[in-house]
Amino acid sequence: MRLTQGTFSFLPDLTDEQISAQVKYCLDSGFAVNVEYTDDPHPRNTYWEMWGLPMFDIRDPAGILMEINACRKARPQRYIRVSAFDDSHGVESLRLSFIVNRPTDEPGFRLQREDLGGRSMRYSVHSYAADKPEGQRY
Amino acid sequence: MTDAEPANEPPATSDDTPVDLQEELRNAEIQDVLDTLDRELIGLKPVKTRIRETAALLLVDRMRKKLELASESPTLHMSFTGNPGTGKTTVALRMAEILRRLGYVREGHLVAVTRDDLVGQYIGHTAPKTKEVIKKAMGGVLFIDEAYYLYRPENERDYGQESIEILLQVMENNRDDLVVILAGYKDRMDRFFQSNQGIRSRIAHHLDFPDYTADELLAISKLMLADQNYRFGAETEPVFRDYITRRMQMPHFANARSIRNALDRARLRQANRLFASKRQLTRGDLMTIEPEDFLASRIFSEGRPDGEQSS
Repeated sequence: MRLTQGTFSFLPDLTDEQISAQVKYCLDSGFAVNVEYTDDPHPRNTYWEMWGLPMFDIRDPAGILMEINACRKARPQRYIRVSAFDDSHGVESLRLSFIVNRPTDEPGFRLQREDLGGRSMRYSVHSYAADKPEGQRY
Repeated sequence: MTDAEPANEPPATSDDTPVDLQEELRNAEIQDVLDTLDRELIGLKPVKTRIRETAALLLVDRMRKKLELASESPTLHMSFTGNPGTGKTTVALRMAEILRRLGYVREGHLVAVTRDDLVGQYIGHTAPKTKEVIKKAMGGVLFIDEAYYLYRPENERDYGQESIEILLQVMENNRDDLVVILAGYKDRMDRFFQSNQGIRSRIAHHLDFPDYTADELLAISKLMLADQNYRFGAETEPVFRDYITRRMQMPHFANARSIRNALDRARLRQANRLFASKRQLTRGDLMTIEPEDFLASRIFSEGRPDGEQSS
């Protein structure tokens, strides 16, 4: 099951050229761009590992793309996303985040049902990959 | 093929397709950068000629690309050699602007670094540091001042070599993303290139910055003063000319930089002179540098530069 998360999630994966164009927009808007990766793609897992430091004072997307490619090379079987942090007063949060790399095999999620009292039901999602310990998931 | 061909025919197919270089020149708005270069940079004839030639090459290259002729993007890494104060950094700034207007670099900013910014202090420190700088310079110009300090043959465990290797790789693989300019004194740069053939072969343009003549320095000083809303008094110019010729003979003469320092000291003396005069001052007084502001210099009294400490 193809994971869809963040901006552009229902489009096909972005090409490097498209990634550059998006990063260019972020840099022109003054956002700090980060590269993050994880092997726990649960939708509520907001804390992904950072690849290096947030990239301040970079002027051109080529520098960011260099880091993305370095991360892809080191972590080919991980989800990698690019996020853009807007530090302007009153915003101070992520403005954009999209996936730039995904593992070849994505087992997807199980819908877990739990009976409660009466006829009420509690639902949760569970990633099949997360059954294995960290580092062996993909 | 003739003009009667339908309009949707790609123009690149004919050898007779007219090419308007002048039009292209105007579109690139390159002419006014070259003009300001001419106006604001005194002297430096060989440098200006080389910049014009480079601009022409890039412009023709752009035309060729438009007409779908094969155009390998040229190597534009440069080395600027010359004595201190001959305008290497200033020219590098202009170069970045020219390259941006010609669409050769995307942003056209200048990242000026020295050895300290590139080379780390312990194992594993150098590569991230160099890469960080390179990332910042992407889309612009990376200006490495006193580049020969990167290579220290006398210390075989020096990390400079690692930095050079990363630079070499980037200069080769990211030719479209950034332009590297190495700058420094001529003799030391020559030695640096001799022991680093890899770098030498990746640099196509070697620009040598000549020293300024006394007349050029005088013209430069006038430009500097005009920028700060100062001017020479009627008798000041010959005195300052004399100052320049004397200063040029002395050690540690750093061309335009020495002139800037001399002017700064003259402003200091002028302020003190005005303060001591106790008469009604005018706007003109605040702007004018008088001969005595230079004559008080140790260059005239003791024959050595002001900056030097007396024993």
